[in-house]
Amino acid sequence: MNEFSRALLYLNDPFNWTRPSGITDLALEHLAISAVAVLAAAVLALPVGVALGTARRGAGLVVVLSNVSRAVPTLALLTLFAVSPIGFGNRATTIALAVFAVPPILTNTFVGFRGVDPEVREAARGMGMSRGQVLGRVELPLALPLVATGIRTAAVQVVATAGLAALVGGGGLGRLINLGFGQQDYGVMIAGAILVAGLALLTEAVLAMLSWALTPGPRRLPFLQVSAPKGGSSVPEPTASGVPL
Amino acid sequence: MTSLGARPLLDAVSDPPVGRLAVDEAPNPWFDPSYVTDNWDSILAYTGEHVRLTVLAVVIGAVLALPLALLARRSRYLSAPVLGLSTVVYTIPSLAMFALLVPFTGLSSNTVLIGLVAYSLVILVRNFLAGLQGVPADVREAARGMGLSPAQALWRVDLPLALPAFMAGLRIATVSTVALTTVGVLVGHGGLGQLITGGFAANFYRAEIVTGAVGCVLLALLADVLLAGVERALTPWARAVGS
Repeated sequence: MNEFSRALLYLNDPFNWTRPSGITDLALEHLAISAVAVLAAAVLALPVGVALGTARRGAGLVVVLSNVSRAVPTLALLTLFAVSPIGFGNRATTIALAVFAVPPILTNTFVGFRGVDPEVREAARGMGMSRGQVLGRVELPLALPLVATGIRTAAVQVVATAGLAALVGGGGLGRLINLGFGQQDYGVMIAGAILVAGLALLTEAVLAMLSWALTPGPRRLPFLQVSAPKGGSSVPEPTASGVPL
Repeated sequence: MTSLGARPLLDAVSDPPVGRLAVDEAPNPWFDPSYVTDNWDSILAYTGEHVRLTVLAVVIGAVLALPLALLARRSRYLSAPVLGLSTVVYTIPSLAMFALLVPFTGLSSNTVLIGLVAYSLVILVRNFLAGLQGVPADVREAARGMGLSPAQALWRVDLPLALPAFMAGLRIATVSTVALTTVGVLVGHGGLGQLITGGFAANFYRAEIVTGAVGCVLLALLADVLLAGVERALTPWARAVGS
């Protein structure tokens, strides 16, 4: 494929990486937008998920939210924020991406904290732990695998969809795809596609390893095995697998 | 164009002199019924393309996913690579996927269709496999003991029991395919997504953008409701148990 060898040629030129608004700049912009969006979504979704999960309420709300977010095209939200008074640019992109990062974090946090065995919680209370201690030392470690999954799903989704912002005047690596397409220079476009896909896969791999390393190991497997068959009828499907991006 | 010439004067008069665009001063409502009625034909055409791409992608995906799921159920050595590969396909952003397909299929709607089939296939394989694995082993053994051939057991035992998971997978695949089709604007075949980027290109014309966005969401909801109805019709026993 001629286009693919041209893409490799483009990627192999150091100048394309180091020049102003070259690949390095675009990748850093891409990652900065994504990081801010995921952080904002986590700040918003984690407390709500913990509160709803420990209270075991609001399952319907969480399911509806994650279903509706699946139906709304990312492109539509990116465009709507871009033409709103926020104005197009990285701020609108970040807000739109943060909105899409909320449902996976919220759903997984909710499911994780709701899945904590009430008897375990009661035992912790009986041992004289305060409510805060129960939350931090008992519920959080048990819910951590799912919370980590939620954040990872959200992060990968945000990194992947940040490329779409280029279609409506945003920054990031998607710009290479849009630019190459607009100039009929398919080499640049393929190079951009490889970079965007690579960044998304890298995010997935790094975060998967990170959560694997941080999760208290021996506790994780038995807990998941016990809770898996219990998760019957009304349990909202954790968006661990999420939606295509 | 003459009004553009007068712009500096207007800017000098208005309070914030920086960053004022003609766009900001012209009326630009979020929704305009007259836009919908005036452009009904093109909206309908884009909706038709959207529906065609979605239906084809989900149907082709389902036809490919069923044998794959049946194969993957046979052993862990087959299901591991199928699930691993599907995770990788999942993670590839749609924009990159379509861009990578352009050298092969050009600017045709096939580019979008192939990408959408890949995503729906991945969703469906996972859900089909989960559904098939959820069929209790003793039920399958009983079916074999009653003398059902493998094909009969599949048709009369496995599929009915796995149907709720199958339909859940179809609903997720359909709804997310409706949303994903919009990314096809990259090659000019994004269905209602064309309205979204078209409005953006036409001086940020909000009415067109909102029409496209709302159309996508309505289409997704309609498809979901339809499939929920199909699921209800196909599983009369679930209703009998529920009531």
